[in-house]
Amino acid sequence: MSTASEEKLEIALTHEAENHKWRMDKKAGGDAAFKGMTALFAFAVLAILLLMLVELAGESFPAMRKFGWRFVPGKEWDAVQGLFGALPYLWGSVVSSVLALALATPLSVATALFITEIAPKKVGGLIASLVELLAAIPSVIYGLWGVLVMAPWLQRTVQPFLAEKFGFLPFFQGAPYGVSMLAAVFILMIMVVPIITSITKEVLLTVPQSQKEAAVALGATRWEMIRMAVLPYGKSGILGAVILGLGRAVGETMAVTMVIGNTPQISLSLLAPAYTMPSVIANEFAEATSKIHTSALMEIGLILLFVTLAINILAQFLLWSVTRGQKGGGRI
Amino acid sequence: MTQLTLRKLKNSGMTLAMAAATLAVLIPLILIFIHIVRMGASSISLDFFTQIPRPTGETGGGMANGMVGSALLIALASAFGIPVGIFGAVYLAEFGGGRLSGAIRFSADILAGVPSIITGMVAYALLVVPMKGFSALAGACALALIMIPIVLRTTEEQLKLVPTTLREASLALGVPLWRTTLKVTLHSAMKGVMTGILLAIARISGETAPLLFTALGNQFWGKKLTEPIAAMPLQIFSFAIAPYEDWHRLAWSGALVLVTLMFTLSLTARYLGRSKQKN
Repeated sequence: MSTASEEKLEIALTHEAENHKWRMDKKAGGDAAFKGMTALFAFAVLAILLLMLVELAGESFPAMRKFGWRFVPGKEWDAVQGLFGALPYLWGSVVSSVLALALATPLSVATALFITEIAPKKVGGLIASLVELLAAIPSVIYGLWGVLVMAPWLQRTVQPFLAEKFGFLPFFQGAPYGVSMLAAVFILMIMVVPIITSITKEVLLTVPQSQKEAAVALGATRWEMIRMAVLPYGKSGILGAVILGLGRAVGETMAVTMVIGNTPQISLSLLAPAYTMPSVIANEFAEATSKIHTSALMEIGLILLFVTLAINILAQFLLWSVTRGQKGGGRI
Repeated sequence: MTQLTLRKLKNSGMTLAMAAATLAVLIPLILIFIHIVRMGASSISLDFFTQIPRPTGETGGGMANGMVGSALLIALASAFGIPVGIFGAVYLAEFGGGRLSGAIRFSADILAGVPSIITGMVAYALLVVPMKGFSALAGACALALIMIPIVLRTTEEQLKLVPTTLREASLALGVPLWRTTLKVTLHSAMKGVMTGILLAIARISGETAPLLFTALGNQFWGKKLTEPIAAMPLQIFSFAIAPYEDWHRLAWSGALVLVTLMFTLSLTARYLGRSKQKN
């Protein structure tokens, strides 16, 4: 027995319900579209990394086909004759980064320990911010200082001194040019110290307060506490920081290019000029005329990418294992 | 007792050694900084900001074209890189989860460690070769590739700090998820997101290697985005390795301007980060 008004109400309700459903669908559609868009951007990151590998591998294919595995141990680099080998650059990159890291590691770890365990909180914080701020100076400016100030100073004082006192060693022979492997090692050391210091500092802050207190309660001096409670706990994290620094040193381009002398030779002497993988790319890529020259440089880039990827993956794993743990306390 | 004296002596010795190492780290860094300020301040002039470099042999000139070029490159790179970083982070923080998101996070961390010269090579292969010429556009893309992982990781961390109750409150009021994310979640994380953006801009404003064979550099004013363009870091590089005293002066002035810009950006980023922590 439905009256007209009841019917009207029913129609209105159905209409309202449909309208509501339509609005909900539209809402869900908007959400889905939004989610899809953000997913696209997120996957772009993955795609970029893959694209880098694919592009470099593809572009270096001509050089791979022509030289094969001989490319890596090859010593010749002659653009005119089209002969290319990567060994002098590999040598330069490995020697400069490893020596720079060997010098930078003890300094950085000691500085990080000083900041976290010894200095008063305010002083430590100030040093830490200073180091971080100086880490932001771009590489080309370190290079500018390196080539105009440090290299002439090395040429005038340090290199003649080394050649005179330690010239009997193969490492310090030859004329002092200023721009040299030694200059590259120094500038790299100055550049990676802030990076290793600030990451090591973060790692040391995760050492649990209780562990340090336990050491002190057993009668340890502060140094013994550091050696027995702090360093063993932070071991893998510090290693991660050092390896991350190595990755930066290997990939460092501008500063090294400006001070290393850019001579593709393999010399034991630190006073001699050398060349690194990023430097040869920086110097020759824009001017490479033949296809095979560009391709050889691309293959150097590919080797560099593989090396830095391996280094970074290792460092990330080491750092993850530390920073995933609990946050520790301050100093004792 | 002598045992204890020995241990205490060792403790003092090691403390001293750590303090000495800290000094050894700080001194060269501070020396470099002072040298930049001294050399830059003594050779900077109004011409530096208004003129383009003069040919060799003539004195004077400035880096006006490099400054404008760098500003343009940074603006373009930000336009490309920041949206990708922010929305990618939104996916990871709001919708992500599981292995795939872990893989994206991991590749962002790895991407941040890829040498910047490699991003230049990739931009060269992808843009310079097909477009048949060096261009500002290719340079900006190379820089954007460097920005993306930095913006993505900092934004994601900031989004995770936004309380879930805030999102729930908005959803309970009937606001769709996408609007909630944009207007509530992102909005309340804005300060932190800005910090990440500023840090990313500070990072790319000094990048030289990725521009070497994308933007290439230009002695004059660039007219189009498809032409090579001047950039300050490129000018500093080429002037520093040239054997002319006058160009060295320009390079020092450029270094001072660049360092001032970077310190301003980093300090602003720090200030924003700190004021956020207080809230």
